[in-house]
Amino acid sequence: MTAPKTLYDKIWDAHVAHEAEDGTCLLYIDRHLVHEVTSPQAFEGLRMAGRKVHAPDKTIAVPDHNVPTTLDRANPETMTQDSRIQVDALDKNAREFGVHYYPVSDIRQGIVHIVGPENGWTLPGMTVVCGDSHTATHGAFGSLAHGIGTSEVEHVLATQTLIQKKSKNMKVEVTGKLAPGVTPKDVVLAIIGETGTGGGTGYVIEYCGQVFRDMSMEGRMTVCNMAIEGGARAGLVAPDETTFNYVKGRTHAPKGAQWEAALNWWKTLYTDDDAYFDKVVTLKGEDIQPVVTWGTSPEDVLPITAVVPHPDDFEGGKIEAAKRAIEYMGLTPGQKLTDIEIDTVFIGSCTNGRIEDLRAVADVVKGKKIKDGMRAMIVPGSGLVRAQAEEEGLAAIFAEAGFEWRLAGCSMCLAMNPDQLSEGERCAATSNRNFEGRQGYKGRTHLVSPAMAAAAALTGRLTDVRELA
Amino acid sequence: MKKFETFTGVAAPMPLVNIDTDMIIPKIFLKTIKRSGLGVHAFDEMRFDRQGNEIPDFVLNKPAYRKSEIIVAGDNFGCGSSREHAPWALADFGIKVVLSTSFADIFFNNCFKNGMLPIVLPQEQIDLLMQDAEKGENARMTVDLEAQEITTSDGDVIKFNVDSFKKHCLLNGLDDIGLTLEKSGAIKSFEENAAQSRPWV
Ligand code: SF4
Repeated sequence: MTAPKTLYDKIWDAHVAHEAEDGTCLLYIDRHLVHEVTSPQAFEGLRMAGRKVHAPDKTIAVPDHNVPTTLDRANPETMTQDSRIQVDALDKNAREFGVHYYPVSDIRQGIVHIVGPENGWTLPGMTVVCGDSHTATHGAFGSLAHGIGTSEVEHVLATQTLIQKKSKNMKVEVTGKLAPGVTPKDVVLAIIGETGTGGGTGYVIEYCGQVFRDMSMEGRMTVCNMAIEGGARAGLVAPDETTFNYVKGRTHAPKGAQWEAALNWWKTLYTDDDAYFDKVVTLKGEDIQPVVTWGTSPEDVLPITAVVPHPDDFEGGKIEAAKRAIEYMGLTPGQKLTDIEIDTVFIGSCTNGRIEDLRAVADVVKGKKIKDGMRAMIVPGSGLVRAQAEEEGLAAIFAEAGFEWRLAGCSMCLAMNPDQLSEGERCAATSNRNFEGRQGYKGRTHLVSPAMAAAAALTGRLTDVRELA
Repeated sequence: MKKFETFTGVAAPMPLVNIDTDMIIPKIFLKTIKRSGLGVHAFDEMRFDRQGNEIPDFVLNKPAYRKSEIIVAGDNFGCGSSREHAPWALADFGIKVVLSTSFADIFFNNCFKNGMLPIVLPQEQIDLLMQDAEKGENARMTVDLEAQEITTSDGDVIKFNVDSFKKHCLLNGLDDIGLTLEKSGAIKSFEENAAQSRPWV
């Protein structure tokens, strides 16, 4: 009998094309997603070397990071020159090298990590890479997915492989059930609050336990998306009926006999009993509350019912970090989190820009108005999400409530396009990073779930969504 | 990467010491989306005045040296930042070999990644080559990496050292990608198996 394997072990083993004596492997890549910011030099490298894209049919390109999300974006004047050059370069490269491509004008355009799953490119048991750290998102399908740098982008384009050494296995188990008002975003933030941003470094995480079994695919994507904020290069959820139902019928998913064959293999993709994990973290689902971040690291997480901490609550180097964070964020130790006033609400990103996220927002704001003077923006993750939200009547609810309803892109998640916070502006955001300056120079970011962001938009302060019900 | 082949070309004398990466490619050109196309900006501030006119005294602007493929440089060439734009700019200009008594470490390694050969030689040999380069267009040098020899226009032969692995990579046109492509047999057979076992991918 072979030794019991983890899900990660199984996917890894199925993709090793070559192993050197020192354990360095050539890992075969099933899907390579490409966007405009990290790919130009890689394509240029191919061109200079006279190389082709090895597997253009496994390569999918879409501009997302710095495309405008305003309704007038068909007008090239809406883009800064740098951005336009990058988007034009992707356009040209995609066509010249013959990879799959969704230009800005295509309804399927959107954030690369939303486009992949939505169109059935991401499937269980695959290896997926992209020149972007949030590639971890695709792990929700039980596919090994992680971000790579520009030189690696070129390597994958040219060879369809990546030079890799295997990571260690980590299990994050969340048992039981979630309380009402607690969402996948709260779960992943709570996990990072527990493990710290370095807790997953060197590991691939598998998210196990009843909470994930009960979770939708979209929720699983939210959780895996932020594996990287927990330090892990990739996060995984074992595929199950929920996964198969989500995948079935999508444009690029297998059909007919191939579907049956795929399903047979996918059903073997789980961690064997007694498989070894190098590290295990366990949380109880019942203990998780709606959370917010108060500081400038995704691990600065507290339940919404708590107060701003005091630097002395921490130890070692964290004392200084907390002092700096509290000052940067313009907060006072002991202040109730629910007393923090918000100027801007950003709902979107590859963490929370999918249809379920928008439904959660609509549930909270239906028939209500956002606070006077509030800037509140909803940026759907893709053109298809946008269309569906319009069809379901969500867009009308948002408009009624006073939200701006944008076109798809990364937008204020990284503020590379004109959507930015101004100095000192405070934002409740459904994205994934609250670093200093992430959403604009000296901008202040509180990471929250879509429902909590919606609640903040209504009241003008960080709010416990459970109290609005 | 292109294979490094034996060639005969014009060598430009640049006796200045400490030519840094900012001189090779000023930072205003780093916003590019490209690795190529930087050749026109190589040595920008030495080559052009503020109005964009050529500075006639600069060696690469002189008729004899406009198509140089070799640079004979003063000590410590390529110091400064780690920007790979520096070797990108030189390579794009058409430079294949840089000769000096010493190089900055990062620049030195970056050259190999971009198909260029930096060669370290003792002072007297650099002096000799510098003199040869100053003769202009008709004084062409030959660089033979296989034999590790430079032949001056007078027929003098100078031997040089090079790391054997780097030599192998240059001669065969191998970068990381090139090395992986040496295993393309393994990749191909993996693909053939996968086409059987996971045809839906
Ligand atoms: S939405 Fe944000 S995190 Fe996601 S890919 Fe875009 S910039 Fe990166």
